[in-house]
Amino acid sequence: MEEFYHALKVSPEACTGCTHCMIACPTGAIRVRGGLATIDAAACVDCGMCLKTCPQRAIFVEQDDFNRIFHFAHRVVLLPSVVLGQFAGEVSEEQIFAELLAMGFTRVVETDQSVDILADAMREYMATHRHLRPFISAFCPAVVRLIQVRFPSMIDHVIPLKQALDLSAIHVRRQLEEEGVPREDTGIFYVTPCAAKIAAIKSPVGEEVSPVDGVINMDFIYNKIKMGMTRRDKQGVASSPARGYLSPAAIAWTLSEGEASSFEGRCLAIDEIHNVIDILEKLENDEITGIDFVELRACDHSCAGGALSANNRFLVIERLRSRVKASAGQAREKDEISRHADFLKEQAHLPVKITPRSIEKLDEDTAVAMEKMKKIHRIMEILPRVDCGACGAPSCRALARDVVQGKAKLSQCTFIQKILLQEKLVTPDEAIEIAENTWGRNRFNSNTR
Amino acid sequence: MEFHYHIEGGDFSRAGSASSEIKKILKQLNVDPRVVKRVVVALYEAEVNVVAHAREGEMKVALGPGVIEATISDKGPGIPDIALAMQEGYSTASPRVREMGFGAGMGLPNIKKNCDRLDIESVVNAGTTVKMTTFFTG
Repeated sequence: MEEFYHALKVSPEACTGCTHCMIACPTGAIRVRGGLATIDAAACVDCGMCLKTCPQRAIFVEQDDFNRIFHFAHRVVLLPSVVLGQFAGEVSEEQIFAELLAMGFTRVVETDQSVDILADAMREYMATHRHLRPFISAFCPAVVRLIQVRFPSMIDHVIPLKQALDLSAIHVRRQLEEEGVPREDTGIFYVTPCAAKIAAIKSPVGEEVSPVDGVINMDFIYNKIKMGMTRRDKQGVASSPARGYLSPAAIAWTLSEGEASSFEGRCLAIDEIHNVIDILEKLENDEITGIDFVELRACDHSCAGGALSANNRFLVIERLRSRVKASAGQAREKDEISRHADFLKEQAHLPVKITPRSIEKLDEDTAVAMEKMKKIHRIMEILPRVDCGACGAPSCRALARDVVQGKAKLSQCTFIQKILLQEKLVTPDEAIEIAENTWGRNRFNSNTR
Repeated sequence: MEFHYHIEGGDFSRAGSASSEIKKILKQLNVDPRVVKRVVVALYEAEVNVVAHAREGEMKVALGPGVIEATISDKGPGIPDIALAMQEGYSTASPRVREMGFGAGMGLPNIKKNCDRLDIESVVNAGTTVKMTTFFTG
C-alpha cells in the first residue's frame, strides 16, 4: 500500500501545460513545471476536477491490467448501480450481466446489495454518538481526503464506517470461502466511476488494506460491454443470469439525496466539490447549526457525474430512478446478504482512526509559520495579483507561498521578470531560461511550438 | 502580527467573511484545529453581532506567541446592561433579523464559552468593544 496513491496521472505526451487543471484544482495541488502539470501527492484528494477540466485529455485514470482477473480461478466483478445507468433503457440488466460473464468474470455482484445493512449501521452509530452531530458521511473518498487536508477539525464528525463496496466485497469473499473456494483463488474487482474510489482501494483511509483486489475503470467496462453486445447482435442474445433483489434505497444510494433521504432529522445533500467546500467552511464556523447529517459528494450530481461516466449524468439518473420505481413495486425479498447483517455491521467499523494531515500549515512550529506568513505578506506587496498562472502556480498567493517554502523563485513571475530585465538584473537569455524551467525546453524558440 | 477587517452593518449576506479569513490564517499557522474552531466560532458570533446591531465595525486580530487577541469594535447602539445581555436567550434583535435565523440571544454567551477571557465595554448610543483572548500551545 502506498501512502498517497493517486490514480490520476498526467500524460507527458499530451499535456501542454495549459494551466486549466491548475486553476480548477480545489486544493491547489497542481503546478506547471518543465511545461507539464505536476500533481502534489500530499495535497491531491482524487476529486477528478483536473481530468474533467483538461482540454487536451492529458489527465487519465490509471487502472489495473484487465487480464489480471485471469490470475484468479474465481473472478468476481463488483458492480455499482451507476454502471447500469450508463446504458439506454432498452439494454436490460440481464444483458449487461451476461456480457460481464462473457468477458471472463465468474460472478456478478451488485455493490449496493449491502446498502441497507450499511444504512442500518450508520443509523446505529448516529444514535449512539449524538454529541458528534452534524454527522458527515464517509461515502465519497475525495470528500474524506478533502476533510483530512483542509478541514481537520471536522474529522470527528465523519461516520467511521466502511462503505457498501467494502461490505459487499467482504460478504462475497465469505460466501466463496463457505463454498470451499480457497481465499487466494478469489479475485474481487470493482468497477469504478471515479478516481477517488481507486485511491480508496489502493491507499485506504481508516483501514490497513482494502478487501478488493483490483479496480477497473467504468468507461473501459462500458466499451467492453458495448463491443460485446455489438458482436453478439448477429448471434442472438446471450443467456441471462439471475439478478438479485435491490431495495429502492439501495439503488438510489449513489445518487444525490441517496443517503440524506434515508435518515431522520435535518439531512442535507450536497454535491460538487466547491459546494462541498462551501458547506464545510460554514459547518466549521458553526454558521449553520442544528443539522443532523450531511451527505457530501465531490462530483456534480454525485456518482452519475463521475469522471469515468460514459453517459450523460441526467440520463444515468433517469435510468436509475426508473429502476427504483420498478423495485418499489416489487415485494421486498429477503436476500441472502441480509442473513449476515450482524456480521457485516460488526465488520463495518473502520479499525484505524482517520488522521488529519493539513496542507494549509506553513510550518509545524507556529512561531516559524508566523515568520513565513510575514514573508508571504511582504512578497504579496510586490506581486501583480492578477493570478495569471504564467509562473506555474495557480495564483500570486500560491507563488508567494511556494517561494517562502523554497519551492519556487520569485523571478518566475513574468511581471517581476520584466522589472528585472528593465533594471538589467537579468539578461534576456537568463529570462528565457527562467521561463523554460516553467514552460519547458524549446518553448520559446521562434521556429518551434 | 495584526489583521484588520471592516464589518458592514446590516449586510447579513457577507456576515462571517472576516471570521473565515482569520480561520484560513490560523490553519496556516498550524494552530490546533480545536483552538481554531473555538476562535472562529467566537469571532463569527461577534461579527454577526456587529452586522445585526451596529452601523459598522472593525475586527482586529493580533497574534502573539501562544495567544490570539481579537478586538471587535463597532459604532452602534451600545449595550445598556451587559450582565443581562450575557444571559442565554436574551436578545434585542428585531423580528427581521430573527427571521434570517440570527438573534436567538446566544451570541455573547457563546463567545464567552469559546474564549479564555472576554472583556466587553459599551457606551449607549456610541458603540461596543468586545475583546476576546484565547491561549494555545504550540
